[in-house]
Amino acid sequence: MRRKRTSGIPAGAPTLSKKDFESDQDVRWCPGCGDYSILAQTQRIMPELGIPKENIVFISGIGCSSRFPYYMNTYGFHTIHGRAPTIASGVKMANPDLSVWIITGDGDALSIGGNHFIHLMRRNFDVNVLLFNNRIYGLTKGQYSPTSEQGKLTKSTPLGSVDPPFNPISLALASGATFVARSLDRDASHLRTIIKSAFEHKGTSFIEIYQNCNVFNDKTFIQYTEKDTKADNTVVLEHGDSLVFGTEHDKGIRLNGFQPEVVETTNGEYSTDDLIVHDQYAEDTTLANFLARMSDTPDMPHPIGIFRSVRHPCYEDAMTNQVRTARERMGDGDLEALLNDGETWTVS
Amino acid sequence: MRKPVEQIEEATILFAGDSGDGSQTIGTQMTETTALIGNDVATLPDYPAEIQAPAGSLAGVSGFQLHFSSEQIHTPGDLCDVLVAMNPAALKVHLNKLKSNGILIVNIDNFARRNLRLAGYESDPITDGTLTKYQVFPVELTQLTRKALETTALTVREIDRCKNFFALGMILWLYNRPMEYTMKWIKVKYAKRPQYIEPNILALRAGNIYCEATEQFASSYDVKPADFDPGTYRNIEGNMATVLGLVAASHQSGLPLVYGSYPITPASDILHGLAQYRNFGVVTMQMEDEIAAVGVAIGAAFSGALGVTGSSGPGLALKSEAINLAMIAELPLVVCNIQRAGPSTGMPTKTEQSDLLQMFYGRNGESPVPIIASSRPHDCFETIYEACRIAVKYRTPVIFLSDLYIGLGAEPWKIPQLSELPEIRPDFAVSADTNNGFEPYLRDPETLARPWAKPGTAGLEHRIGGLEKSDVTGDVSYDAENHQRMVEIRAEKVARIADELPPTEVFGAQEGDLLLLGWGGTYGAIRTTAENYIASELPIAHVHLRHLNPFPKDLGDTLQRFKKILIPELNSGQLLQLIRSTYLIDAIGFNKVQGQPFHVFELESKIDEILKEIGHA
Ligand SMILES: Cc1ncc(C[n+]2csc(CCOP(=O)(O)OP(=O)(O)O)c2C)c(N)n1
Ligand code: SF4
Ligand SMILES: [Mg+2]
Repeated sequence: MRRKRTSGIPAGAPTLSKKDFESDQDVRWCPGCGDYSILAQTQRIMPELGIPKENIVFISGIGCSSRFPYYMNTYGFHTIHGRAPTIASGVKMANPDLSVWIITGDGDALSIGGNHFIHLMRRNFDVNVLLFNNRIYGLTKGQYSPTSEQGKLTKSTPLGSVDPPFNPISLALASGATFVARSLDRDASHLRTIIKSAFEHKGTSFIEIYQNCNVFNDKTFIQYTEKDTKADNTVVLEHGDSLVFGTEHDKGIRLNGFQPEVVETTNGEYSTDDLIVHDQYAEDTTLANFLARMSDTPDMPHPIGIFRSVRHPCYEDAMTNQVRTARERMGDGDLEALLNDGETWTVS
Repeated sequence: MRKPVEQIEEATILFAGDSGDGSQTIGTQMTETTALIGNDVATLPDYPAEIQAPAGSLAGVSGFQLHFSSEQIHTPGDLCDVLVAMNPAALKVHLNKLKSNGILIVNIDNFARRNLRLAGYESDPITDGTLTKYQVFPVELTQLTRKALETTALTVREIDRCKNFFALGMILWLYNRPMEYTMKWIKVKYAKRPQYIEPNILALRAGNIYCEATEQFASSYDVKPADFDPGTYRNIEGNMATVLGLVAASHQSGLPLVYGSYPITPASDILHGLAQYRNFGVVTMQMEDEIAAVGVAIGAAFSGALGVTGSSGPGLALKSEAINLAMIAELPLVVCNIQRAGPSTGMPTKTEQSDLLQMFYGRNGESPVPIIASSRPHDCFETIYEACRIAVKYRTPVIFLSDLYIGLGAEPWKIPQLSELPEIRPDFAVSADTNNGFEPYLRDPETLARPWAKPGTAGLEHRIGGLEKSDVTGDVSYDAENHQRMVEIRAEKVARIADELPPTEVFGAQEGDLLLLGWGGTYGAIRTTAENYIASELPIAHVHLRHLNPFPKDLGDTLQRFKKILIPELNSGQLLQLIRSTYLIDAIGFNKVQGQPFHVFELESKIDEILKEIGHA
């Protein structure tokens, strides 16, 4: 039902594999970096999207994460710090048939590119944004970022950072994003599923990916990504399901007034019927906002999955429509008539 | 009996009043009519900085100057023959622009004590002797308009808003111009509010009849049509000519136009203008800032469209990093800079040509970008079209320079035939024609342009970006020798544009004592000055540069043929620096940085000084 456009693979075309999406460039991230996994999952899912490789464009800003396009054997543009959303908007506007992917980091998207980020969300171009959130500036060797926790000790903040962080999910929701999700570098199959859902969503799809920078901010997300701690520290969002989590599936999230709270579902006080039921298609963002704020609240599990997925008109369609309507109403532009428009006089 | 008509060659009129008085409207109408009956015309609107400064204040004065002639003219005129001052503030601000013995029409109804005080007049200039050198015509403009319109259904406030047409009616009479064109315009303008049609026409007529019937004016004037080359003409403002040039380049190249912009004086009219032409496939994107605006243009270019962005100095400062990206990615991009005065926010409603060095050098690393400047309003069409052609042919950002004076000024334009427009060929790459697959940095041996392969083309998938690229393959490279080679290739590519530039046109003596070298919006003042000297057979010439980077190949030799080179600029000597360092020539600067264009008399006094030095009496 939410499946969409983008010129499909012509019948009889060879099916593509992960290999087809690997470029001939050596991948140059630090060994152990979470970026490797995101690259691999992206390359693995691409053949399943059912679109020709030449219709795919990866556009990035600057940062470790933004090297990504060089490794994809598609069209790619490694642009300037923070500005990938602007260039991607131009690419999509000029050719709405392309499948456009923006690769960005927490500094790239939320510091220098913060303004473009919010405006991209509100315009709702049909593009996909993968934000590699490692809560650090990797490429510049380890300064704190706008998603670093307050008090972060780095080279540039030897006494601790003083400014509170952004919550990327809340920011995207507040900016009117129509598809908002979170996934993890270490959860390969979840990540692939979310990337695919983002592709299938018509409109700007935003995915925050918790990404480990093992050199400058190692283990920041360890409690959400490792087997033994993951179940107690994350809650997986599934549309229509109650928010249950925990190794024993014995915990859930209930709304207490305006406050989500963690409750036990097996001690008789609450049952799964008392829990929040996830509705990712809700037009109203109240629930999505509650869920987003959970990751700012100590001792709450971090939601993983799709917070919101709603269908709104896309900028490029509205603009293309204006062009079409103008052509219907006034006819295709006649240059000669345009130059001779208005009052003219002839000298012989 | 009809009053006598005196033949004159040219006239300059300045309409001035509060920003709400409609001086721009009647100035534009007078221009249209005058152009339509065959005069050459040049105009200069002068807007106040504030949108609604207090009524009657000096800051709120809005002016519109127009110069028309039976000869070819190039400037809106130094001093005026007629000043229409709708209030004391307008008189105060503009009186120094009126010739002695010039005609001064004042709306006497606005000269009450309060208005005089607002304008800073201690006593009434009409009666205190201030105006003795002028022919003063005090007219009860407000009262007369109210009387003429008393039978209409309009309120007094609405009636008062028609008084500019009373003033226009007077000027049309004074210069023997028909009222029909204005009447036609009023009907179109108020088609949706028809209650205003009749009253404005009535006011126009009343002003006209007033001059014919009263003793105020003994005679009227006529300016015969000018000699123009055969062709069809229209009147055009610089920014509008830029709009049409962009639409034409898009149309002729078959490349859809994507224009990214963020509002800024005096470039906004290009955004407004282009937004009207969706039926030409024109997409305008008003973005969140100037960086986003150039970003969408670059993205559109990568996708295979004609990507254009436009702004003024402060916006260009923001765009510089992205222009550099387009430079190293070697994508076609057109960047319009409609210059305004001053550093930082400076004087947004005044003119200057002080961004030249910013455009040359305002990017990190070595970043050669072609720069091309328009010289007058109608020239914006050809110049921006040329900018698009170069951008597409050489796969490079091109900076198009205009300025507030050109952008808002208007003059007749001989409408070109489509067949005269140069060809613009995108020549997209369609297949990889080497054994190594597609090589995005394999260049055309002649132009050094790299292939333009747009996403969606099977087999040409490739990656570009701001990191240094390996020659031919386009892979990321930190190789020392490769970097030097790429820096040199990028410079050479821009330098080679000079191979196809026409020889420099030297107006006047082909060699001799003094060459006036100019660029941009100073064309009119310099050309008029040059014509004056050439008429008296002095060995003077004028060269006006359209191409500032690269310079035409023969420029150095041309300069050598003159004893002295004078470079008048509305900055502190920017082309001067470039010429001196490029050609090691001891050129002389003549510089004005006041937010105002040159007056011919200013140039003349400088030239006289130089001529004297080199022995002309
Ligand atoms: C205009 C500009 N300012 C600063 C830089 C330096 N810089 C490069 S990447 C970066 C931060 C990257 O952090 P993030 O976006 O989180 O990406 P990561 O490296 O962590 O993936 C900075 C400050 C730059 N390239 N350009
Ligand atoms: S610095 Fe961190 S983010 Fe960058 S490549 Fe190394 S591990 Fe990855
Ligand atoms: Mg980071």
